[in-house]
Amino acid sequence: MTNTSSPLSPPLANSLRSGPDDRGRFGIFGGRFVAETLMPLLLELDEAYRAAQADPEFRRELDYYLKDYVGRPSPLWFARHLTEELGGAKVYFKREELNHTGSHKLNNVMGQILVARRMGKTRIVAETGAGQHGVATATVCALFGLKCTIYMGATDVERQKPNVFRMHLLGAEVKPVTAGAGTLKDAMNEAMRDWVANVADTYFLVGTVAGPHPYPEMVRDFQSVIGVEVKEQIMQAEGRLPDVIVAAIGGGSNAMGIFHPFLDDASVKLIGVEAAGHGLDSGKTAASISRGRPGVLHGNRTYLLQDRHGQIEEAHSISAGLDYPGIGPEHSWLNDIGRAEYVGVTDEEALEAFQVCTRTEGIIPALECAHGLAHVMKIAPTMAKDQIIVLNVSGRGDKDIFTVAHHLGVKL
Amino acid sequence: MSRIQTRFAALKKEGRGALIPYLQACDPDYDTSLELLRAMPAAGADLIEIGVPFSDPSADGPTIQAAALRGLKAGATLGRVLEMVRVFRETDNETPIVLMGYLNPIDSYGPAEFCFDAAQAGVDGIIVVDMPTEEADLLDAHAREAGLDIISLVAPTTSNSRLFHVLREASGFVYYVSITGITGTNSASAADLEKALPRIREATSLPVAIGFGISTPAQARAASRIGDAAVVASALIKTMAATLDNGQATERTVPAVLKQLEGLAAAVRA
Repeated sequence: MTNTSSPLSPPLANSLRSGPDDRGRFGIFGGRFVAETLMPLLLELDEAYRAAQADPEFRRELDYYLKDYVGRPSPLWFARHLTEELGGAKVYFKREELNHTGSHKLNNVMGQILVARRMGKTRIVAETGAGQHGVATATVCALFGLKCTIYMGATDVERQKPNVFRMHLLGAEVKPVTAGAGTLKDAMNEAMRDWVANVADTYFLVGTVAGPHPYPEMVRDFQSVIGVEVKEQIMQAEGRLPDVIVAAIGGGSNAMGIFHPFLDDASVKLIGVEAAGHGLDSGKTAASISRGRPGVLHGNRTYLLQDRHGQIEEAHSISAGLDYPGIGPEHSWLNDIGRAEYVGVTDEEALEAFQVCTRTEGIIPALECAHGLAHVMKIAPTMAKDQIIVLNVSGRGDKDIFTVAHHLGVKL
Repeated sequence: MSRIQTRFAALKKEGRGALIPYLQACDPDYDTSLELLRAMPAAGADLIEIGVPFSDPSADGPTIQAAALRGLKAGATLGRVLEMVRVFRETDNETPIVLMGYLNPIDSYGPAEFCFDAAQAGVDGIIVVDMPTEEADLLDAHAREAGLDIISLVAPTTSNSRLFHVLREASGFVYYVSITGITGTNSASAADLEKALPRIREATSLPVAIGFGISTPAQARAASRIGDAAVVASALIKTMAATLDNGQATERTVPAVLKQLEGLAAAVRA
């Protein structure tokens, strides 16, 4: 596929796509809130990323790997049976779960690993929640022969065993993190501690559109291939842009990847689905925008679940990939300017959608995107039959069958 | 002159560097940490650093992480930390107090309100670990207005040209993070420090405190001589943690930390 609107091309003026500014900010969000030890590294990374962007050889190399290794472009699937069952808008699936390693994560990882190689780094550290980013990172490290250490919360190690085993097979060292609730937030802290202690040879490969500048921008750029493809594919299939795009949000990389190319298309409604856990007002939720307020964590200013004293609270979600008390800063900005809408879906609703998707389309979705689907199931019936919804099916659900079985009372 | 300037000027006359012990507020409880704070000057503290507990101390090693958790469990808030300083100032108006912590609790408190209240309580300087120069405008003006020093951090990764950038408007003293790493893990050698300090002094005339990985009296002595002050944190907290019973203070807690502090002070003064 062509790259007529390459995500790496320079942003336009007077566009919602022109952020961040030179301080790495989207409105009041974003920034570079890190220890001085890391600041020079971020500046160096920023420089290396700009140089890569400007280098046609980098683009050519990335396109090669995206096509022949990741397996892009991913199809846009008309979910006919689901559409009929819901009885409203036409539902399309962007099939990111068909990428190598089974999720959208490899889009970003492939881009960053090429940047890391340009910088001469020989060791990679990464954080992971559900393990999708960890698996993707371990995969490219195997491909390029780089040392790889993955930090994963001990709770997540327990509930995502298949991915932990995959990472081991790929030659990565998986370090369980027992601090806090043992989830993504704690893994992020530990990955940052590793990075600061090993600055000379180590590249920190962030998995989502969060963290200090330039990570949110860089990860977004690499994930924007999703939306760029959707634009072309939906024009081919329907001759027009979709009415609604829906994506689940933990840190927000799959959502930002599909949203960003559409930011200037005002007719396209963008909906991010946060994990409401036991319910938005249950106190056990991961809905940072719906129930958080702006603060500073992990290098950026963004919406955070926190108490009134500024202590970060533990998130809760059935989905390890959404179990994070923050969200990418650009999402916070899109929320505040009203360009995107953020809603919550509970564990129960996601479990229901997980089964509906499997039954109607023969696609087992990751629990993460089952949250997105649950919202599609709410809105599609209220829309006209000639309207179009695109859901980002960002990952496959094989890794989740144990969790789902447990919740359905089935012993495997 | 600020308390920080006065103290460093006096030590310069004495011909020695400063010892800066660290304690985490409310670790393991408010009363114990206050008792420790009040006893530290007599045990040889020249300045004191108080850690403000935060849920996600991503620049700290396991020792200070655990201390922060104990502090939070004991009800530490930024307001309570300021209260502690206020009480300390009732009996000590000379020993400089520097708060060290992460930005979010300050952001939550309100930057302007915090700077005002901190200065009122008797705080002299603040170290915000995750606020590099590039983001310091959030607090700079408020701190200056309140008469608080924002203590600049520099690291081995800070290049010569960046040192000038970071230290251009620095005040109080400069904190040299002597290793690339988290607190309480590795240590820089005296040779590393001998090499690093001239680089920093090129960029500033302020006193330079050296921290991260200083645990023994010999290391404290070396750092206080090569630089102008040695910060000892994790080593003291480790001693304290070893005296706890189920996370609670015992009668050994305060004396054990003070004894270690006296040993460090003797080495710095020798």
